[in-house]
Amino acid sequence: MGCGTSAVVTETQVKRVEEAEGTCEPVRNPSPALTMKAAVLIQRWYRRYMAHLEMRRRYTWNIFQSIEYAGEQDQLQLSSFFSFMLDNFTQLNGNGPDLISQLLDPVLDPWLGRETCFSCIPVPDSYTGPRLTFPLSVSDTNALLNAFKEQQTLHAKYLLQLLCETKKLLRQMPNIVHLSTSYTKDITICGDLHGRLDDLLLIFYKNGLPSAETPYVFNGDFVDRGKKSIEVVVLLFAYFLLYPDYMHLNRGNHEDHIMNLRYGFTKEVMQKYKTHGREILQLFQDVFSLLPLATVIDGKILIVHGGISDQTDLDFLNSVERHKVKSALRLPRQSFEPLDLGQSYRQTKRLRSTDGSRPNSSRNQKTPNQRRRHCQLTHQDSAASCSSSSSSSSSSSTLCSPRSPSSLSPRPCPSSPSIHFTVNSLQVPFLDSLSSLSPPSPPQYEREWKQIVDILWSDPKNQDGCYPNTFRGGGCYFGPDVTQRLMLQHGLQLLIRSHECKQEGYELCHGGRVITIFSASNYYEEGSNRGAYIKMGKDLIPRFYQYQVGRGTRKLTLTQRVRVAESSALKALKEQLFTHRSELMAAFKEFDHNNTGCVSVSEWAQVLESVLRLDLPWRTLRPHLVRLTAEGAVEYESCFEDMGSGTQLAQVTPNLAETLFRYRTDIEIIFNIIDKDHSGLISIEEFRQTWRLFSAHLGVDINNQAIDDLARSIDFNKDGSIDFTEFLEAFRVVHKLDKYQHQSRRDSNTERL
Amino acid sequence: MAAHRHNSEAMASDVHKKIKAAFKAFDYEANNTVDVREIGTIVFSLGCFPSQADLHDFIAQVEEDHTGFIHLEKFLPVMTNVLLEKRFPPIPEDKLLQAFEVLDKEKKGYLEQEELTKYMMQEGEVFTQEEMDEMLTALTDQKDNVIYYKDVIDELIIDNDI
Repeated sequence: MGCGTSAVVTETQVKRVEEAEGTCEPVRNPSPALTMKAAVLIQRWYRRYMAHLEMRRRYTWNIFQSIEYAGEQDQLQLSSFFSFMLDNFTQLNGNGPDLISQLLDPVLDPWLGRETCFSCIPVPDSYTGPRLTFPLSVSDTNALLNAFKEQQTLHAKYLLQLLCETKKLLRQMPNIVHLSTSYTKDITICGDLHGRLDDLLLIFYKNGLPSAETPYVFNGDFVDRGKKSIEVVVLLFAYFLLYPDYMHLNRGNHEDHIMNLRYGFTKEVMQKYKTHGREILQLFQDVFSLLPLATVIDGKILIVHGGISDQTDLDFLNSVERHKVKSALRLPRQSFEPLDLGQSYRQTKRLRSTDGSRPNSSRNQKTPNQRRRHCQLTHQDSAASCSSSSSSSSSSSTLCSPRSPSSLSPRPCPSSPSIHFTVNSLQVPFLDSLSSLSPPSPPQYEREWKQIVDILWSDPKNQDGCYPNTFRGGGCYFGPDVTQRLMLQHGLQLLIRSHECKQEGYELCHGGRVITIFSASNYYEEGSNRGAYIKMGKDLIPRFYQYQVGRGTRKLTLTQRVRVAESSALKALKEQLFTHRSELMAAFKEFDHNNTGCVSVSEWAQVLESVLRLDLPWRTLRPHLVRLTAEGAVEYESCFEDMGSGTQLAQVTPNLAETLFRYRTDIEIIFNIIDKDHSGLISIEEFRQTWRLFSAHLGVDINNQAIDDLARSIDFNKDGSIDFTEFLEAFRVVHKLDKYQHQSRRDSNTERL
Repeated sequence: MAAHRHNSEAMASDVHKKIKAAFKAFDYEANNTVDVREIGTIVFSLGCFPSQADLHDFIAQVEEDHTGFIHLEKFLPVMTNVLLEKRFPPIPEDKLLQAFEVLDKEKKGYLEQEELTKYMMQEGEVFTQEEMDEMLTALTDQKDNVIYYKDVIDELIIDNDI
């Protein structure tokens, strides 16, 4: 359109055009320039939207990871509590052996005893699941595959038998299994499965079932978190029995009965096997501790579940009696050293406590650290063998140079039976019992324990050096120099490990010398990550295969997946806020002198960072968590608004309530242990004792009266027992907007469908 | 004036924190560098609407001599200015609707998959096959197999604050 003609457009001309068209519609055939402009606009908008989505995906990921690692800090809490409890508990109710005393057992020789008479177990005719015959054949494994696809459960009799056979076979395996590629085709290496049957079936489908043609290495963490841990582990063990030369299993940190208590495997077993659950769990405990620790391919590729430390010595590792370390969390009882590194770490990171050096008079409440010091002092008087001094209060930093084995293991200070253990004038009389203290274990055992824990729990980091993995409470962070050293020492060229979830299912680090392989897709939430496995031939060059299990046949768009994951992550994050409410409010008030209910965005972010200790982009997440005033200040209480508790509770002090919210999972585990007959009920007395112990251990200031009131306020049966499911329901964080969100999402989904 | 300066300092500081947070999300090695291929995502997610050309210019300003990496120290000042000047402002929704209407020559109220594909992959700042596939999956109505662009715009709203 030159300037000549367009200059004069008279009204009559326009009118004529309009009359010709009949309506005032826009031009039917847009010019090419206009089309291009429109296209560019749309492209730019869409690209921006996708970038935005990608960013949200990453933030969501960060949230999940931070909370997971923060949860694992709590794991340290739980494990030390278990040790504490087990060190000081005699049997509750005094009726025969129970799970507690079983946990109390010192390291037992798994060869002895525990022979279940599974041939005595009747299998009803109505059972339509697989009836295994030993030794297993391909028809047995096929039957298992089909049964599990059909959601069937393997009968207890066959499960017990399978576990016994597995145990027998595992006994014959060395700690480190050596494979060679000269006799086999490509080897497939898989990482964490965590009870995801769908992922395992997908791998088998894509890659082939285990056989001479398709050998496998499964690198630990078969159980916990996912809902089908039993099915996963049964399949793995079955193929192991079928093809011991082509199916190799490494132990992971979740092949551990104490981890199982917390992360779901124990619960799954108890639910699916009501009659024989305990026997089954016993056998699993034995089998897990007998799993090999490492696999080496062609003397060059080392495969372990977690990683290594600067103390890792493969020759020594090969010589240890691996079955003795039943649980990484059952710390070797030795001299009565208090937590040193772990303690100082907790001093700085303690969620509840004040600065450790401040005297406790003002709050009249001893933190666990203070209590331990108290306990330690009294103990040193009486203990005969008390090894080297603690380095507790002196070390303020958490990152130190490599330490000797004994100081690296975080451990609580068990009280001796002769001490009348008091916290806060809270008397716990039954701690006077005498039977629980066993002699200190030799340093040799400690070294073995540390070697194994390092293998199962360590994580690689990019900085040189090796320092304790305080997030996990066990194992180390190892740097590229540590990897380099081990490779040289043993003539290795590659370390393959798992243990950490990666968005793409795998990740390389340390200049390509360390590969993380993770095989549970959608680990945090639908769409959160891919799973992957490695295939490797004679050339020892790893090839990566990725996949992602999709729920149902409907293909979710990236948008929908991100939304689902994000909403789930945000919920979890808000629960963290909720369960730290009083600390957060106290910190907010320090900034809000005039009691306006508002602080600046920076202050808000600062508080969250210091209280929750989660490394997250708070400013970016702010809109999802809390409201702004018109002036741009943060109404800090608004983040608690749409959350409440599961059911209404009568008089519960905020302190008690928050503790219950925060430790709900742990308390549930303890109740489950106490509830021997799985009735869902425990006696009021058991409830009181457990609660007192737990709060004593945590150093929470809760008096007897409060606990009694709490017990009474719960509906209990006439025989004086408490339905703890009902009790715990009160401490489940409920998101009030849940129903609404569900509604709107469902509506939009049906439209999209 | 002092107050004004203080405010703009505070604002710049908040902007800095926002940029750092976005940058950090892609800083895998925790050494204050990101892969240059991620820059587009970061810039977009900070609320900017650069064209591809704009993006190339921007990258040229901040990249470290073709190493393929971008350092935070270089990125931060440039990005701060971009944000404070609002250099690449967002597209208002009505303009977006008009754009779709231009492409919808027959005024059907929707676009066929082939139509959209043709435009996206042949016109303007063309899409890759991957981008096209994802767009079709995201925007196509499952029942009718077409793109109801009015609904799509409503559905894919971006929260400006993030």
